[in-house]
Amino acid sequence: MAQLASISSTLLYIAFLLYLVATVFFAGSIKSKKHTNQTGKNRWATIGITITLIGFASQLGYFFTRWIASGHAPVSNLFEFITFFAMMLVAAFIIIYFIYRLHILGVFALPIALLTIAYASMFPRDVSPLIPALQSDWLAIHVSTVAAGEAILSVSFVAGLIFLLKDIDLSKGGKQVFWLESVLFGIILVVGFVLSATVFSVAGYESEFTFINADEAETVVQYSMPALVTPNEGELITEGAFSTGLEMHPLVNASRLNTVIWSIGVGIILYLLIRLISRRKVAALFQPLVKKANLDMLDEVGYRSVLIGFPVFTLGGLIFAMIWAQIAWTRFWGWDPKEVWALITFLFYAAFLHLRLSRGWEGNRSAWLAVIGFVIIMFNLVAVNLIIAGLHSYA
Amino acid sequence: MSKLICKCGHVNPEGSELCQACGRTLTEKAAKRKTNDVMRYEGMARRSQTYHASVIDKVWNFFSSVKVGVWLIVITLVASAIGTIFPQEFFIPQNIPAIEYYEDRYGIAGKIYYVLGFHDLYGSWWYMLLVAAIGTSIIIASLDRGIPLYKALKKQRVERHDSFLKRQRIYSAYEAKGSLDTLNRLSEGLKKRRYKVRVENGSLLAEKNQFSRWGPYINHTGLIIFLIGAMLRFVPGMYVDEMLWIREGETQIIPGTDQEYLLKNEGFTLETYQEGDSEVFDETIQRTGAIAKNFQTDAILYKKDENAIAGSTDNITEVDHHAIQVNVPMKFDQFALYQTDYIEDELYKMSFTMDSKETGEPVGSFTVDLFDPNTSGVYELNDGYAVEISGYYPDFSGFDDGEPQSVSPLPNNPAFLFNMISPEHPDGEVAFVAIQQNLEPLGENDYEISFNGIETRDISGLTVRKDLTLWILALGGAIFMFGVIVGSYWNHRRIWIKTDADSHLYAAGHTNKNWYGLKKDIAPAFEYAGLDQPDDHQELKESKGNAKEEDESGTTREHK
Ligand code: HEM
Repeated sequence: MAQLASISSTLLYIAFLLYLVATVFFAGSIKSKKHTNQTGKNRWATIGITITLIGFASQLGYFFTRWIASGHAPVSNLFEFITFFAMMLVAAFIIIYFIYRLHILGVFALPIALLTIAYASMFPRDVSPLIPALQSDWLAIHVSTVAAGEAILSVSFVAGLIFLLKDIDLSKGGKQVFWLESVLFGIILVVGFVLSATVFSVAGYESEFTFINADEAETVVQYSMPALVTPNEGELITEGAFSTGLEMHPLVNASRLNTVIWSIGVGIILYLLIRLISRRKVAALFQPLVKKANLDMLDEVGYRSVLIGFPVFTLGGLIFAMIWAQIAWTRFWGWDPKEVWALITFLFYAAFLHLRLSRGWEGNRSAWLAVIGFVIIMFNLVAVNLIIAGLHSYA
Repeated sequence: MSKLICKCGHVNPEGSELCQACGRTLTEKAAKRKTNDVMRYEGMARRSQTYHASVIDKVWNFFSSVKVGVWLIVITLVASAIGTIFPQEFFIPQNIPAIEYYEDRYGIAGKIYYVLGFHDLYGSWWYMLLVAAIGTSIIIASLDRGIPLYKALKKQRVERHDSFLKRQRIYSAYEAKGSLDTLNRLSEGLKKRRYKVRVENGSLLAEKNQFSRWGPYINHTGLIIFLIGAMLRFVPGMYVDEMLWIREGETQIIPGTDQEYLLKNEGFTLETYQEGDSEVFDETIQRTGAIAKNFQTDAILYKKDENAIAGSTDNITEVDHHAIQVNVPMKFDQFALYQTDYIEDELYKMSFTMDSKETGEPVGSFTVDLFDPNTSGVYELNDGYAVEISGYYPDFSGFDDGEPQSVSPLPNNPAFLFNMISPEHPDGEVAFVAIQQNLEPLGENDYEISFNGIETRDISGLTVRKDLTLWILALGGAIFMFGVIVGSYWNHRRIWIKTDADSHLYAAGHTNKNWYGLKKDIAPAFEYAGLDQPDDHQELKESKGNAKEEDESGTTREHK
């Protein structure tokens, strides 16, 4: 079984590399001179999608070998859930790709999937047993449908982002330019997190503090990055480790805040470096890629993915969720933060559909809504688990 | 009431935008609006667009507006998000008043949160009001649109005026193609794609998936049923939420069941994963420590016989016997029992020895059942030794005026006043014994009592739930899901073809969404008829991030 678990990790690694290669081919399909249209048959894109399919098969291999090794669907902690989400994102991309043959989607969807897998890998990766509340077939049913729904909805973000990159006139400046640049900066922050976490983990950095928590009990906390902020009445117990001694309020999870500060710091440095070297806005760097993109097509793809994803998300995130909650927690709804954020996601996309259908919010506005929707999904996926404690806080 | 008489002679009700017979635009205003917007409800008169005078009109118009509906949804969404910043009242420790808890823990922000009522957001009157307003809005908006839409789609004419065709997004005019043969070929091609085709007077109407237009109305109905179900929760008798704390070995009446059912706890088990259970888990267990594997109450369910006396546990019949686990409730009648909590190792029995201080040897031992101590009788030991309990303080908290106090009847911290009888002291010597405490209130004794072990047992916390609203919620949810799927995965597509005496052929197409799909769908039929694909006069041009411009440029575009 331990061997199977290690095969599983290798397969995930292979999938990661293949997605990376496929991205290059999709980028090639956009740049190639012979193909002026952005859809239809194209040799570069054919190779790109083939590699993507092999990568996806490899990730499926990761998923099922890990399932066999652990005896339960590997969607039970943050690492497993986020990698599964990335896999669904690739699946959703493949489906939408085969409907529209829109090559440029691959250039953006695959890197986002890559970044998601990299992000997931920063959390503990060992196979963990299931606590009683999770021992149910509904774990696999509920979680996989939620992830699939969120992934399909995320494709609308990918389409929206490409739309905005082409649509917004960067030379004019203004609010839209600022926010577009902010979205890209947000993505760079994730890179910043992955980079700093990887560097310190390779270097084997670790330190421990004792501190007094919000319930006034003494506790120990581990830091995996040098402490820029320390917990309430925190005392460093690892010799030779770094600490600024800057104490935080007991309600603040100082170790997580520390990670956030590092990620933002590294992210800002990365961003400034890119700007300094290229002497352009980050959004401007992407413009050669999107030059030939067809706005109408992107708008259509964005809307279609919301239409396809919304029912799937509703089924998994609300209906299956309620059924399981009734079985496991005695009530179908209990206003747990994760439940509330699923409701918020649902309401948001309902508003999206109404605005689009009845108030003609198409094109630019629709693209912005898709971006906001993705931010809400990411918030629920990541932040609610890490910041707001509730019944769902695994990992 | 004024009527709108079309050039074709058809009389349309006031408020119509398109003539229901020929499809001509009836008003200046309608001519200026986006084709898509006019087509959404087939140019039918809608109450909200027609009447504005009375109060009822105003209320109706308010709730039927999608703008208002979206605002209501967005406000609810934002309020819900704020409600997750700090924990809700029902998640905080119940032993501290909420006002103090929020202020102590979260400072001024917590106080504001409390004062504004966000601590109990979902039970607050204004949150309920928002949900009620959304419900009202859904009903009114659906009636306002659904009824006219139904009427329009039921009695569609095949032949439409040129101007109607011209303003469609998919539209082309073909010279010298207007033959019967072409029309037949188109008809054949579209039928292959499962369009329902009607041909009249050289005109053709092909239509498919009209049912998908009812998707939103079906899903809104589902939502309303769901909301009604959620409200029924407050009707007495529909909902039971009780907690049953039951010790191992005990039999108790299940609260909420009208004393009809009883439960016996045969034993509670808590299992954790052990290293070596499965080698793949070892790393996690080493990292995080013990991980729970199973919480289980082995339970026997009894039903009281018809003639049994209220409150007694006699005359009962076993109905069910199985383990209650997390995710595996015990269901009976309309109830379900869930494993939700437990207390491990509550003190159950305490054993003592009575020792001679002189020899240090015990002269006898006895065991006290902390739930049923022998306070009136005597624990007989051997050879003339005995112990009497003259005072029992199950939850000892200290002395008040020299009197030992107990704060509850639960044996959390048991203390005893013993009278030790021995051959030397037939009247006994008094000893006060508590955990970690031994007092001799009436002077130095020759004997003493010492602890000699305890017996504990677990208490299982079971939630008793009855919820008669579940089937309504399930019905609403199912209808909602069905409606969303119908409206999202199918699209209503229509093609109008018209030929005239000069052999012109006009082709127009409309779909409520997914234009790309429509074009792909009809392409083979046009190819088969030897026609070029009709043009797509896309309404969305490159907008350069300027949403306002795009709004205006979206009005009906004349086809050159
Ligand atoms: C949370 C509540 C709601 C949900 C989940 C919901 C859901 C939906 C969905 C999924 C659609 C179909 C959209 C599409 O196919 O693109 C729709 C359409 C619609 N909804 Fe709602 N809705 C809600 C509340 C409301 C409210 C409050 C109004 C009131 C103004 C409203 C009015 C409409 C209208 C007018 C349509 C279009 C109907 C048509 O095209 O024939 N909805 N709704």
